Amino acid sequence: MGRFNEGSLVVSPSPHIVDNVTTSRIMLDVLIALIPALVMSGVIFGPRAILLTVTCVASCILFEAGFQYLIKKDLTINDLSSVVTGVLLGFNLPSSLPFWMAIVGSFMAIVIVKQLFGGIGQNFANPAITARIVLLLSFTTPMTTWPLPKQLLGTVDAVTGATPLGILKMGTALDSLPSHMDLFLGFVGGSLGETSAAALLIGGIYLLWRKVIEPWIPLAFIGTVFVFAMLAGQDPTFHILAGGVMLGAFFMATDYTTSPITTSGKIIFGVGCGLITMTIRLFGSYPEGVSYSILLMNILTPQIDTLTRGKTYGGVKA
Amino acid sequence: MSILSKHLPAIHVEHHKYTADSPTEKMPAPDKVYISMAQHIGAPCQPKVVVGDLVKVGQVIGDSEAFVSAPIHSSVSGKVTAIDKALSSAGVWDLTVTIETDKKQEVMEELAPPQITDKDSFIKAVRNSGLVGLGGAAFPTHVKFNPKNLNEVDTFIINGAECEPYLTADYRNMMENSELLVNGLKNTLKYLKIKRGIIGVETNKPRAIDKLRTMVMDTPEIEVMELKAVYPQGGERVLIYETTGREIPIGKLPADIGAIVSNISSMVALGTYIETGMPLIAKKVTVAGNAIQTPRNVEALIGTQVSQLIQFCGGYKGEPKKIIMGGPMMGLAIYSDGMTVNKNTSGILAFDEDSATVPKETACINCGRCVRACPMHLMPTWLAKACKANDVEALQKLNVNLCMECGCCSYVCPAKKQLSFTHKLGKRLVVEGGKK
Repeated sequence: MGRFNEGSLVVSPSPHIVDNVTTSRIMLDVLIALIPALVMSGVIFGPRAILLTVTCVASCILFEAGFQYLIKKDLTINDLSSVVTGVLLGFNLPSSLPFWMAIVGSFMAIVIVKQLFGGIGQNFANPAITARIVLLLSFTTPMTTWPLPKQLLGTVDAVTGATPLGILKMGTALDSLPSHMDLFLGFVGGSLGETSAAALLIGGIYLLWRKVIEPWIPLAFIGTVFVFAMLAGQDPTFHILAGGVMLGAFFMATDYTTSPITTSGKIIFGVGCGLITMTIRLFGSYPEGVSYSILLMNILTPQIDTLTRGKTYGGVKA
Repeated sequence: MSILSKHLPAIHVEHHKYTADSPTEKMPAPDKVYISMAQHIGAPCQPKVVVGDLVKVGQVIGDSEAFVSAPIHSSVSGKVTAIDKALSSAGVWDLTVTIETDKKQEVMEELAPPQITDKDSFIKAVRNSGLVGLGGAAFPTHVKFNPKNLNEVDTFIINGAECEPYLTADYRNMMENSELLVNGLKNTLKYLKIKRGIIGVETNKPRAIDKLRTMVMDTPEIEVMELKAVYPQGGERVLIYETTGREIPIGKLPADIGAIVSNISSMVALGTYIETGMPLIAKKVTVAGNAIQTPRNVEALIGTQVSQLIQFCGGYKGEPKKIIMGGPMMGLAIYSDGMTVNKNTSGILAFDEDSATVPKETACINCGRCVRACPMHLMPTWLAKACKANDVEALQKLNVNLCMECGCCSYVCPAKKQLSFTHKLGKRLVVEGGKK
């Protein structure tokens, strides 16, 4: 009947137009947001920090590609998610960690936590967090040997010391706790990407501005840590700037796949992270609890989502 | 989710309303029209003519005894040359009456404005006008205007949102036929004894808002209400909520909460019928898209082939790869430009290869964009998973039937999942009771 018929025309379901946001664009935004902290890690801990992060990224990409090749699945490294995992894993390691251990961590994150559960979108726990915890338990000494910032030393020799939270936990030499400004800028001991609250905040604001993340989880997480510290009679500013709170709240706890989808669920998730973090810091035997808090809340995510499902239009809640 | 907002969730889509300022051009009768006997929801019409009959403009050529149906009129004068089954745009074989036009466009002599004195004669006139929901649903208007609980209806809402990108036919109607529009509405309010009329228009059409406000200045019962220019502002449930704040409980109809919704084109058609007696035989259609030589608004006779309509707009620009009947968000991709303009056709869009490419689906990353975009507060990603698992119980629990297939979820999905389409399949699964 017509001039253009079956075969020459594409017939597909509506809508026929889509937004230009893609998974890889989102991951690229996360990577952009991580750049300030990466730069600061180099400034604070020297080139080895960058090199260790690059090692994690490269091995994450290779493990993802290799695994998908072996099980004959489509390659998905173009979505950049393994790059994000690599950077985040690197950020969670002391800059002095042997390279091979970082590679073991990458294997853990990509193959065990992500791919064996079905790949992107299917893992129930955050790959980088889980890998960090496995490394911490497997290689406790190298994972808790903290190089001190170059600036404090004026030398590139590997000199190590305690993290601010470590000093607090030991309860001695409390007068050696760093100033708020050092904590804010990141010139303290710690995992290589977690120390600079300022750089992480810049990245977090970028993610909020790009609408990659919503503010609920970071606000609830950081807010809970602040209030908890205040109620416990401790310095709340110290607690939100020290350790992994900023990195965890903006970049790890907001991982789509392992955090709730509903707004109230996100708030519960963030509050839960804050509570567990502070409970471990103040009452546990570890100085820091951000990783554990996020992992534990990851596990609760499906339940939180189910319990916080809102009413649909028409007033019915299932 | 809506703790801070009194509005339902919505999305921003680029408007692409390039044809807004092009006045409607009347397309002359083509050599042949192909008029489908299934142009509404409900029972299809039976042909009231036989091959060889001579027909005139406005003559009934199809009708049905069924309650949910509306008569179909000849849009041309000429000779019936065939009555056979043709594949419709919806993929169904329907009876189609082919009329060879004599180009005289002779109007049936008996055609006269209807005598309307009360509700019954009004409803009868609405039926005789052949009117169906011209916004797309094509539900027979006389049925919609006469619910059992009509006495409880206090608000009559006209959908002037035209939230679909590209489409400007309703806008042109508001600009060119505002008198017929307001007249149709006034009559409707009068004979259905409804206290209040609202014309909801998106703020991206300020001239239409001004024009209509001037028209209803002396009619306090009619209010022109500004709506945010977001999608899907014109969805029935969305429109009712945004204009009155009322929600329709699941399983109920708009009339149950005191509202009836109709749209701009329907009101203009009604106004025309009341004034002249001319039933619905032509439709304002926006012809646009990057594969159309001269995009414009056209008044096309019902039964005109898409290919002829596009020819009238200067033909194709390059090779079309996708032709859509309706808007890009909810419209139907047709497989042939031999399809015809029906009562509910409001747009014909043709796109080139680049715009026709369907993006590749990737894995869901649980980002929640679909959940935040859904005007009905559904969980599209969960629905999609339930559908994939053939889990009828979960589909029902998640209220899949509330989905109006507006396409917001698919639009915002970074994984390019065709969520909206999956929900359509999910609704089918629920109807079938699931497969074991």
